[in-house]
Amino acid sequence: MEVLGNLIAIAITYGIINNVVLSQFLGICPFLGVSKKTETAAGMGGAVIFVIGIAALVTGLINKFILANEALIQMGIDLRYLKTIIFILVIASLVQFVEMFLKKAMPALYEALGVFLPLITTNCAVLGVALNAITYEYDILETVVYGLATGVGFFIAIVLMAGIREKVEYNDIPKPFQGTALVLVIAALMSIAFMGFSGMNI
Amino acid sequence: MKENMKRLINGIIKENPTFVLMLGMCPTLAVTSSAINGLGMGLSTTVVLIFANLIISLFRKRIPNGVRIPAFIVIVASLVTIVEFLMKAYFQSLSESLGVYIPLIVVNCLILGRAESFASKNGPIASIFDGVGMGLGFTLGLTIIGLIREILGNGSIFDIPVLTDIGFTPIAIFARAPGAFLVLAFLVAGMNIVRKKMDEKGKPLAKPSGCLTGDCANCTSRCENSTVKEEN
Repeated sequence: MEVLGNLIAIAITYGIINNVVLSQFLGICPFLGVSKKTETAAGMGGAVIFVIGIAALVTGLINKFILANEALIQMGIDLRYLKTIIFILVIASLVQFVEMFLKKAMPALYEALGVFLPLITTNCAVLGVALNAITYEYDILETVVYGLATGVGFFIAIVLMAGIREKVEYNDIPKPFQGTALVLVIAALMSIAFMGFSGMNI
Repeated sequence: MKENMKRLINGIIKENPTFVLMLGMCPTLAVTSSAINGLGMGLSTTVVLIFANLIISLFRKRIPNGVRIPAFIVIVASLVTIVEFLMKAYFQSLSESLGVYIPLIVVNCLILGRAESFASKNGPIASIFDGVGMGLGFTLGLTIIGLIREILGNGSIFDIPVLTDIGFTPIAIFARAPGAFLVLAFLVAGMNIVRKKMDEKGKPLAKPSGCLTGDCANCTSRCENSTVKEEN
């Protein structure tokens, strides 16, 4: 029961309270760039949940069994310093692999997420999750839940942003603020709203 | 030499990565809660950028075109790891406050962008100057944003209280997450005005090429284009 409670706490903390975009500033690029329409935003959000979930699992396994392998460390081979290099390469090739796999095995899902997959490789949220999970000393299950929760947090933020942008599209906005500046102002207000969750004690 | 000085100025002012090109927005928003953090992040990015530019430029004829992006990523990631450990050893408090954003320099568009658009086409000396210029420009941008947020949010400059003594109540929100978005929003709006003025004068500024153009593909897939092309 304690394990489950811990997992739920991680899910709520990183899904809502410490929102990946609005309080940790990871994945700002797609958040600003792909949030014009709700459907595309939802597609991007879905792709991010998917990729971060898989990447968290794979990087977690690599860390546990190769980089921070107890037996290797006892033999004097400590590979933990390689984590940044290994993870970025693994994530980059993983995304390519996932793309190929989806194209072949699940055409319907590929149709929905395919366009967004190449955009995610250099999304700092993916690498950020992989590296943070080591700092927080999560085990594999916790890492995956952390990854999925971060993805869900991203989904919530980008879909809300797209909804607001659709509403204000035809408003009379001062010229210099049209475009990105307005998106950033909206993000600031959303971020203030999400700060309200930070009082929650889990 | 003159050419190189021009490159330096170009990076710091004419094509400033933060204000004009709008590259590397993740660190720009995340670590500028105080001026010292902005400066630290800027300088560590500069170090990585200079050496990445130098190494990539030296190996530019040896790296096969098809695998150049993965090769660049490995070079940048190795340099970032070195910088990360140096920071941990010599600037511990700074390294703690920057946290995960130090290893995340790897995915900073600015570095792969310069590798792709400059270092892979130019000689080592020119690439170093480009790295110094762009790096200092980025440092300048982060420090200025950090200064604004620190003054408004904390009433201090580089941790020295200046405004609190004269009865200014700090607006704490500027030092926290929403302040980052707000300051950047006004910055972008200001740059839009400058951009329009320069256009009217007939001296247009360089186009922003990062994610803030609303074209995310530009930022992320430019670094990834090669791998995408290979498949087709």
